[in-house]
Amino acid sequence: MFDIDLWREIFQSINMNKTRTLLSGFTVTFAILLFALLFGITNGLLNTFDSAFADDAKNSIFIRSGKTSKASNGLQAGRQIQFENADQEWVEEEFGDKVQYISSRIYLNVTATFRNEKSTNTVRAVNPDHQYLENTMVNYGRYINESDVKNKTKVVVIGRLVEEDLFLKTTAIGKYINLNGIQYKVVGVFSDDGGDNEERMIYMPVSTAQQIYGNNDHIDQINLTYNPEMDYDEAISFSSILSKKMKERFMVSQNDQRAIRVRNLANESKAVNQMTFILSILVLIIGFGTLIAGIVGISNIMIFIVKERTKEIGIRKALGAAPKSIVLIILLESILITIIAGFLGLFLGMGILELIAPSLEKYFIKDPYVSLNLVIAATFTLIFAGGLAGYLPAKKASRIKPIVALRKY
Amino acid sequence: MLKINKLHKSYPIGNTSLHVLKGIDLFVEAGEMVAIMGSSGSGKSTLLNIIGMLDEADEGEYVLDNVPIKNLTEKKAAIYRNKFLGFIFQSFNLINYKNALDNVALPLYYQGIKRKERIDKALFHLEKVGLKDWATHLPNELSGGQKQRVAIARALAADPKLLLADEPTGALDTKTSHEIMDFIQSLNDEGKTILMVTHEEDIANMCKRIVRLKDGVIMEDIFVNQVRASPICLI
Repeated sequence: MFDIDLWREIFQSINMNKTRTLLSGFTVTFAILLFALLFGITNGLLNTFDSAFADDAKNSIFIRSGKTSKASNGLQAGRQIQFENADQEWVEEEFGDKVQYISSRIYLNVTATFRNEKSTNTVRAVNPDHQYLENTMVNYGRYINESDVKNKTKVVVIGRLVEEDLFLKTTAIGKYINLNGIQYKVVGVFSDDGGDNEERMIYMPVSTAQQIYGNNDHIDQINLTYNPEMDYDEAISFSSILSKKMKERFMVSQNDQRAIRVRNLANESKAVNQMTFILSILVLIIGFGTLIAGIVGISNIMIFIVKERTKEIGIRKALGAAPKSIVLIILLESILITIIAGFLGLFLGMGILELIAPSLEKYFIKDPYVSLNLVIAATFTLIFAGGLAGYLPAKKASRIKPIVALRKY
Repeated sequence: MLKINKLHKSYPIGNTSLHVLKGIDLFVEAGEMVAIMGSSGSGKSTLLNIIGMLDEADEGEYVLDNVPIKNLTEKKAAIYRNKFLGFIFQSFNLINYKNALDNVALPLYYQGIKRKERIDKALFHLEKVGLKDWATHLPNELSGGQKQRVAIARALAADPKLLLADEPTGALDTKTSHEIMDFIQSLNDEGKTILMVTHEEDIANMCKRIVRLKDGVIMEDIFVNQVRASPICLI
């Protein structure tokens, strides 16, 4: 039931009382604007934390080896510890379910050439599981697979920037790349959130590297992820047991910090998670605080507006206005203003976030973004609160005797 | 037309209550022009407000145009006010953000009349009070006398059975007062029933009947020889 006359009354009232309209509109716009900005900026901070750990899986454990720094079991200090394929298999057998993905790693520095283009790159020789350990995203083709490792095939998966540097504008898939004089077939191109260095990597099967560059089964490093069902404390105790057993296996003193090093990202994730948790709580408090301030503001203004219009209400009642029509006219006006002002604040907030996003990057605020649904929900909360705050005094005003209302000046 | 029987009204003041109207009996025929007089506190405004359904009586009988006015809901009172009564106030009570035309058309809006017809009717009544050329002016662009004439046009717009005026000339100078009274008299000549509260003797004498109130009771109720307010008489 659209009543054009009612809306004409409302628009006349809005039009002729500009200060009042602007005042109430400003409160709502400002509240929503602040809400959007605060949420956006904090989300930007959270994004920065997230991206700092985007390179590796959050549940990663790295096992590296070095020279012993202490004598133990009758062996002198200064002994080089070297991992082999059997060590990786031993970890899998020993810990079973606790290991989600596991891969060896061998590092090689190579000069890569394709036709006339040349670059220096790092090769990581790995198992197929490595893709999940490193959060590698395959853009074209495929990653290293089990049959590559089994057959020691000469294939490589190259980073997005390697393709860009060596293959220029053409696709690398199916072509042969020369690494230190040996031809490898490119079977995949990947990208990685870890930055440019990660995207200049070249992956090849661990077995291929072992055969070609050493003819042994040495590996430089064992990477694994723990079962994600474990919580931080379980994961940390898992990695200390792992460290202890590895040291026993290689007859290294338990106090030796250099011979075998186990790094568990759970330690860092735990700290970051606590920080983001506190930050989220803080945002929630600030966000709701802003919203409540907005609600209080619009409520005050509505009460003031009804007071200001008391005499007009008296006149209208003397002329035959029913209480319902009085409530309707005040309520619709306030809801209309809140809706327009609320969405203005919404678009302003989103627009400003979009605009200032690039200049905030140096303050560790990345992609300040607030979900549209959240801001719309906040806007509707304000509209509802404004409506309610208008309804109660309007209802009261519609009930006062016209003679009382008329006596006010 | 108007029948009032043993009307009582008191207002609570703190723990006690102030008895303002102590049994008023009043009968007004159609076409009468009655002045209600009395010093302040005599209850004259309260009586007018009850007649105007702006206020409610505690006890007593009130019949307007054969309709008993009692146990009014807000909604019913609004309908009766709109249908039966036209108000003229001392302070005009125009809505300040509406122009003269919209002010006059407002009671018609509450009657549910279509916009086109509202404007036609409002223009007709504005012309009647001689302000057709001022239709688009806001109240603050009008003089006191003009404002009161817009208010009269508004009171007439809904074609009420009874015109109620609360000190209609209270805020006006003598010359303008006489112009307004002349106009009200001409409305009465056309057959409108008019009830007005005033405390000025010369204004009261321009009516046909004077009811004097004192301390909540009617002291005197006399018919008088109407003094014409025609501006010519002033010269």
